[in-house]
Amino acid sequence: MRASDWGRRTQPRLSEPVLPEASMAAPGAAATDLEVVRGKRAALFFAAVAILLGLPLWWKTTETYRAPLPYSQISGLNALQLRLMVPITVVFARESVPLDDQQKLPFTVVHEREIPLKYKMKIKCRFQKAYRRALDHEEEALSLGSVQEAASMLTEPQKQVEGSLTVYVISEHSSLLPQDMMSYIGPKRTAVVRGLMHREAFNIIGRRIIQVAQAMSLTEDVLAAALADHLSEDKWSSDKRRPLKSSLGYEVTFSLLNPDPKSHDVHWDIEGAVQRYVQPFLNTLSVAGNISVDSQILYYAVLGVNPRFDPASSSYYLAAHSLPHVINPVESRLGSSAASLYPVLNFLLYVPELAHSPLYIRDKDGAPVATNAFHSPRWGGIMVYNVNPKAYNSSELPVRVEVDMMRVMEVFLAQLRLLFGIAQPQLPPKCLFAGPQSEGLMTWELDRLLWARSVENLATATTTLTSLAQLLGKISNIVIKDDVASEVYRAVAAVQKAAEELASGQLASAFAASQEAVTCSERAFFDPSLLHLLYFPDDQKFAIYIPLFLPMAVPILLSLVKIFLETRKSWKKPEKTD
Amino acid sequence: MGATCIPSGALMSLAGILLLSFCSLATYQFEDQAEQFFRSGHTNNWAVLVCTSRFWFNYRHVANTLSVYRSVKRLGIPDSHIVLMLADDMACNPRNPKPATVFSHKNMELNVYGDDVEVDYRSYEVTVESFLRVLTGRIPPSTPRSKRLLSDDRSNILIYMTGHGGNGFLKFQDSEEITNIELADAFEQMWQKRRYNELLFIIDTCQGASMYERFYSPNIMALASSQVGEDSLSHQPDPAIGVHLMDRYTYYVLEFLEEINPASQTNMNDLFQVCPKSLCVSTPGHRTDLFQRDPKNVLITDFFGSVRKVEITTETISLLSDPGVMDNSYREDRVDEESTEPLEYAEQLPVAQIIHQQISKQSHARNF
Repeated sequence: MRASDWGRRTQPRLSEPVLPEASMAAPGAAATDLEVVRGKRAALFFAAVAILLGLPLWWKTTETYRAPLPYSQISGLNALQLRLMVPITVVFARESVPLDDQQKLPFTVVHEREIPLKYKMKIKCRFQKAYRRALDHEEEALSLGSVQEAASMLTEPQKQVEGSLTVYVISEHSSLLPQDMMSYIGPKRTAVVRGLMHREAFNIIGRRIIQVAQAMSLTEDVLAAALADHLSEDKWSSDKRRPLKSSLGYEVTFSLLNPDPKSHDVHWDIEGAVQRYVQPFLNTLSVAGNISVDSQILYYAVLGVNPRFDPASSSYYLAAHSLPHVINPVESRLGSSAASLYPVLNFLLYVPELAHSPLYIRDKDGAPVATNAFHSPRWGGIMVYNVNPKAYNSSELPVRVEVDMMRVMEVFLAQLRLLFGIAQPQLPPKCLFAGPQSEGLMTWELDRLLWARSVENLATATTTLTSLAQLLGKISNIVIKDDVASEVYRAVAAVQKAAEELASGQLASAFAASQEAVTCSERAFFDPSLLHLLYFPDDQKFAIYIPLFLPMAVPILLSLVKIFLETRKSWKKPEKTD
Repeated sequence: MGATCIPSGALMSLAGILLLSFCSLATYQFEDQAEQFFRSGHTNNWAVLVCTSRFWFNYRHVANTLSVYRSVKRLGIPDSHIVLMLADDMACNPRNPKPATVFSHKNMELNVYGDDVEVDYRSYEVTVESFLRVLTGRIPPSTPRSKRLLSDDRSNILIYMTGHGGNGFLKFQDSEEITNIELADAFEQMWQKRRYNELLFIIDTCQGASMYERFYSPNIMALASSQVGEDSLSHQPDPAIGVHLMDRYTYYVLEFLEEINPASQTNMNDLFQVCPKSLCVSTPGHRTDLFQRDPKNVLITDFFGSVRKVEITTETISLLSDPGVMDNSYREDRVDEESTEPLEYAEQLPVAQIIHQQISKQSHARNF
């Protein structure tokens, strides 16, 4: 059917001539003219509707739905300037600095430094020192006998905010610190520094304070370790590969492996040990994530490696190069995959069988290791517990073995610290260091972990959002639903909030905001609906749409062509008669 | 002349010694650095093994996948790090004359379906969508842990696929296909989220080389059993079972892997030489331009085995002991043990009681 025929409602005949007016009689000519014009108008309207209305409608309804995303904000996150502020309160005791300097108190000094890392986000470290005079009870505490007592008395009244530090400056000749020591770093965010009676007292003391503060909070290697996965250089350093990635929670599993129950009847008071030694550590660490603990005993579980016999010490040993092959045969029996979706840390206590007792672990140089334990990054640790040979005197198998949980937990907690990335700090020279107390973790070590984790979370969240934006550009048929878009908005807002909180020195809320940023961005990226629609090659697209559009398009196009030819003829006609 | 010769001779020998020592020092340092540089930066290994065809006559594809599964487990990758997808069940297939076995060698020499095969995706769960979801990580939250690929940026992943394929596609379950572009896009999504450190992709299908043509993400090495336009052929039929047991390429790869142990230093160039045209009839191909390291420095165990980085623990924490509490708990433990009586099972089927109840019920009924 041609569009020009519609006005007449006749049967379509292919052999009909194109221009009907030449063959019709004159009285019908006016009517047919009208009909022809009507026909032309109808054809034009059809074409207009099809092209102006239909084509955009089809395009809009067949495109993949993409809720609007804040692309500009996401690209702005990459150029984010992170300012990490550490608020320090510096308390001057009575005779620590010259009198005229004491008159200038209280005031604030800011020390800002950019951390030189080859990372797209610029990170600046800002130490804000608020100087003030000591209060009465502080003077009293600082006149006590030993610095440990003084520190514990000073920290009792109020709890320190996460991320902040307090430094006490005592007089140069005070006997609080041992004679040759210039400073002391305590376990609970306090430090003591010797003062100086000098004209430039504030500057010199200020430098010492910065050294102490850097050891207790942020240094370049802490941040480099946090961003290890995002920095392109130097992937091979083992220090940077050791810590666990930041996660919302962790699962710690203690397993006792008894390969020889016929000879050893092993008992371990794991519940008591966890309650006494591990729980305080985990309670301190609970800010960094939700950690749950479980334990199990496995019988007839052997290590996959045969130990060698050393006749000199008549003991068995595992060489350092065979240690990597120990873990895999054991891992399948640990059941760690059923535990939870959080990363699992396994701590194994292996009591060697009677035929292979005593068993020692040797390091690369062939010397036996004092702890008799080794660990694997991001997996856990294994300790070998040798049964006391005196226990065999009763000569009745199986021998009852009571595991000394304190010795075991000392090693396991040390391994837990290493696996979490809590490393030894770089102490300034001539500094007295307290060492971790019974909890195994000092509060400012937790702060360092939180700084590192916050930065790592922000880096991860930014990378995830950027890669989502890049993916959407590259692969054109990924659908973004509304809830995914709202997660992306929340993630962007959380990143910005975390950066603000870090700049104002609120570590706890900054860490919480950074965790929310990571969760939201991961949820948006890994949403199951984002699976790209199965690929449509171009020829298949044509094969689908051509049978629908071609029968409709052909009459419209042909009538348009006819109209165009007619109008061109009518333009030419006046020329001819001329 | 004599006076000048000797000092110059001594000088020359001194210079020679100095040069030698410098050279040896330099080479030692260089080797140390080189060894460090060429070591892969991975800390864990994953494997995704996919068999895409169903029906009894495609027995060989299931046997292919299970043989690779067996080698990978033997070389150290634990089940928790292997995602095994088998599209059909051959071991318990009603047409299997030897139930609960899948053989890979003629005369039933080697049963690759042992006691501890853990199939994660089976039968109709093996679809293009689930495969892509496993790769990209976009899994519904109710999926159990064993069905997820929980790799991170320090994981080396081995992906092995087998089935029927063509130029640019691989057939899944006889009803759908995955194209090489979808696969390349899936790998790009994995790369964007840093879900792998390095990836080894092995495919044993007809025209397998077409599947790796479109990869564009870095750190991918690919091997295929045949070039575009060639068919991969099967190895040998077994008259007792009645079907072909393995494909040629995987058969020779398996023979190669049987000689590897977790400590061996064989590299990828040897794997590229496996199955020459005389044995395989098709021409195996490989692609290494996207891979950063030189294949001769890549160990087979980097992908097929799982060797962990291990460090000796040298530090301990000093804890305060609390002997009072410890003794108490010990005593409680003993007391608890002594006071428990031996336990018995409850009667599972108290027949006497049931009969008694029935009789009393009947007598009650009769009374009314």
